[in-house]
Amino acid sequence: MNVELRINGSRLHVAVEPRTTLADCLRDHLHLSGVQTGCEHGVCGACTVLIDGEPARSCLMFAAQADGYEITTIEALAPAPGELSVIQDAFCELHAMACGFCTPGMVLVAHALLNRNRNPSRADIVEAISGNVCRCTGYGQIIEAIELAAKRLCESNVVAGELSE
Amino acid sequence: MKDSRFKFVSHSRRVQEDRRFVTGRGNFVASIEMDGLLHVALVASKHPSARIRSIDVSAALAVSGVHHVVTGTELSAAVEPMMNGLDTPKVRRYSLAVGQTRYCGEWVAAVAAESRAIAEDAAELVEVTYDPLPYVIDVEAALQSDSPLVHPDHGTNVLLDRTFVWGEVERHFAGSPRTLSFRVSWGRNSTVPVETFGVVARFDPWRELLDVWASIQMPKYAEQIARALRLPANSVRVHYDVDVGGSYGVKRGIKHTVLAAYLARRLGRPVRLIEDRLDNMQSGDAHGPERIFDVSVAFDDRGIVKSMKMRALDNVGAYAGRAPFQLGKPVGAIVGPYRIESVQYQVLSVMTNKAAQEAVRGFGQSPTNFAIETAIDRVAVALGLDRIEIRRRNFIRREQFPYLIPSGTRYDSGDYHAVVDKVLERVDWSGLETERDRLRASGLLAGIGVAACLEPGGGNSSFEPLLNPKNTTTTWMDSCRINVDGLGCITATIHTTSSGQGHETLTATVIGEVLEIDPDRIRIIRPDSLASLPSNSPVGSRMAIMLGGAAFHAAQRLKRKLIAIAAHQLQRPADGVTYSGGSVSDVQTGRLLTWSDLVTIAHRTIHLMPEGLEPGLEATYVMQVPTGRDLPTADGRVQMYPCHSFEFHVVLAAIDPQLGRTELRRYVIGHDCGTVINPHIVKGMTLGGIAHGIGAALFEEFIYDGQGEMTSQTFMDYPLPSSHEIPEVEIVHHCTPSPFTVFGQKGSGESGYLGAPAAVASAINDAVRPLGIAFTKLPIRLTAISDAVAGASGTGRQHTDDH
Repeated sequence: MNVELRINGSRLHVAVEPRTTLADCLRDHLHLSGVQTGCEHGVCGACTVLIDGEPARSCLMFAAQADGYEITTIEALAPAPGELSVIQDAFCELHAMACGFCTPGMVLVAHALLNRNRNPSRADIVEAISGNVCRCTGYGQIIEAIELAAKRLCESNVVAGELSE
Repeated sequence: MKDSRFKFVSHSRRVQEDRRFVTGRGNFVASIEMDGLLHVALVASKHPSARIRSIDVSAALAVSGVHHVVTGTELSAAVEPMMNGLDTPKVRRYSLAVGQTRYCGEWVAAVAAESRAIAEDAAELVEVTYDPLPYVIDVEAALQSDSPLVHPDHGTNVLLDRTFVWGEVERHFAGSPRTLSFRVSWGRNSTVPVETFGVVARFDPWRELLDVWASIQMPKYAEQIARALRLPANSVRVHYDVDVGGSYGVKRGIKHTVLAAYLARRLGRPVRLIEDRLDNMQSGDAHGPERIFDVSVAFDDRGIVKSMKMRALDNVGAYAGRAPFQLGKPVGAIVGPYRIESVQYQVLSVMTNKAAQEAVRGFGQSPTNFAIETAIDRVAVALGLDRIEIRRRNFIRREQFPYLIPSGTRYDSGDYHAVVDKVLERVDWSGLETERDRLRASGLLAGIGVAACLEPGGGNSSFEPLLNPKNTTTTWMDSCRINVDGLGCITATIHTTSSGQGHETLTATVIGEVLEIDPDRIRIIRPDSLASLPSNSPVGSRMAIMLGGAAFHAAQRLKRKLIAIAAHQLQRPADGVTYSGGSVSDVQTGRLLTWSDLVTIAHRTIHLMPEGLEPGLEATYVMQVPTGRDLPTADGRVQMYPCHSFEFHVVLAAIDPQLGRTELRRYVIGHDCGTVINPHIVKGMTLGGIAHGIGAALFEEFIYDGQGEMTSQTFMDYPLPSSHEIPEVEIVHHCTPSPFTVFGQKGSGESGYLGAPAAVASAINDAVRPLGIAFTKLPIRLTAISDAVAGASGTGRQHTDDH
């Protein structure tokens, strides 16, 4: 079947089997390999994408169900080739990762959180990332990096809801 | 942590690898694309033990897009069995079951098709007819003479049964005023990386070349693949530039790779095998140790532990793998941080009809540390002594290093008392006790846990010759090559894959430190295995010591060459010039040759080079593990790892007595891994290790039911700790440099995990001690706590839970 998807600001037409998940469609058909698949049953969060700005598990959705929504993947967050978003930069500054496999999902979750809440408490951050499993870091540096990114965004002129995508 | 002796080492610098990961551009194996790729799905055994009567593949082959279905019979005719570290030739193992299945989930057949979805559809159509056989799941049942045999040809389920006696154990026990004995168990868990194992194999029959991309962390992987496939080793090219999405020990992948490579060669198409989560958990042969410890200790009225007897009975599952060796590595730290004078250690490695084990973070040391720490806690309780005071009394003292333990390893350095002092100052111990008592008064169960332990680092293979006399391997090297190109840019090599340890940053930092050049200007690459120097991969907390050491020595060689070129040019002896920041100057006149001058001489003007020096600027170093040269003695004494990091955990747990839910309210770790090369990386390893250890203590277990089926098949049944379960951890640093390494660094890749399970168990047992109960099996899950607490409160009896 043919589906029309709005991904990272572009309209794309893809021919998929009806059973194709959004995760497989993004990875295998659209070569957006920053979308990782870790469990494919909706627990680990590695396949997280933003759907109309909110985190969602692309392994639990069919590609066809994404028709009509704005989908954002990790590939859209860097402002220009070789550059990093404020959140990505904060993740690098505090080494909020080790193997990097869960990192795209974590960055996207942080992006969604800071887009709606520019001044999150530690508890808000813990809650926001609690659907994403990281096996390397024990979450400490991820939480600190999101706190750092929030601080930097507050100090910048970017207002909530307007993080670039 | 910043050490003023260093310009880059120990500074909180960014990690070079991170930029590709935050942008979703990691080179993970599932992202490797190539034309004509075929995908593999697997047919798993539904029986823990069964004769395979027949396999009908006709319906599967009829599915459009299916290229082949391979069974164990076909595969085993074409490949060698996988290597077995022990001398047990009748325990043969292939990628697919041959004639008989030995655990639920064991691969029986594999389908190769145009897509994974088609392969899975076809795999469901493969009809296997089984004759079920008797099976055994419980390790103590497997030891009985009437037990079903997992490998009947082997004649027993015992793979390894050896008792070591180091020192005068019986005399010490006989002469001791007090002894105590107990049993504790470590449940079967694993590291369970978020990325499953994956491999892509491509064979070119005209070049006779097998290309492999895999998410591996495996010493001598290419050699093992070549041997199994009966290929010359220089016909196997493993691509080390694959990013591995977490491993922590388990991603060995020989069985997966042999299967994918066989299919690639047979079908003339590249083949990809990526585990799905069920493949990974049930059939990936990646479970960790499952142990029963019987421990006795002999001690005096002051709590000084003189001697210990330990029997470690390990349920290795259906095949040997490297599991038995995980009983061997703890020999190198069998007394933990304590001055225990003599030890009897029995290692019993026993097969059952469960999935096979693989190496897991710490290589068996964390379960052993849990047993040792339980012993120390129990001695304290028996004597009514403070649990920290008793550790202080037994610790090896700072001035006693290097310290020879009874089993033959010399610990390098440490200052355990100082680390404990620092941690206690941070936690405010009496305040912590007040908080515990406040929680208790509010109706919760509350306890403080403590654990002290060592992380052996440096990773040689001394446990192999120790447990298998036919294996005389003592070499366990790592390497680095540095090249300065004609424009003066530096590129250096790593000869292994990495799974998040930041080896590119490590190598660049070390070379930058020696050459006094910004590490961010140094490019680190990973040649494929045919272009590589020897490496034994990042196992056994070794890379800061071994890759860091090799990079240091290669950089020193390069520096010596630069100095020789400059001295010749300045017509001075080598000690008449000095190297600084990439330039070399005459000590007397101050005349200076810049980096650019030296590069130009080396690359373009041989007439200016000293006699006998090769043109170009290249340096290579292959480094053997420090202190590792000798085979074990006949009585099983051996120098295991060179370096010994220390950690001391204090944790406050609050438990809801009705729900049994444990909440960790405070967590402080004192950590001494010598000189830290990159503080961000070490911090992450320590916090991640603690999180993994909390998982092992409270949540994670692969559970088999009475029918031999693994019931924890998903992340719903095998819960991984989320950000809600992991407390904010405070790290207290201490630095006791190792005398055996180039900067004084020690290992840290297993830190946190080696003591967290013991510390959490200690906290829970402190919490329930007033009820007269104790937990002796990890994980201590919520239901176990609520049941035991209800039982204890309901009857008011003294009661020891052994759920």
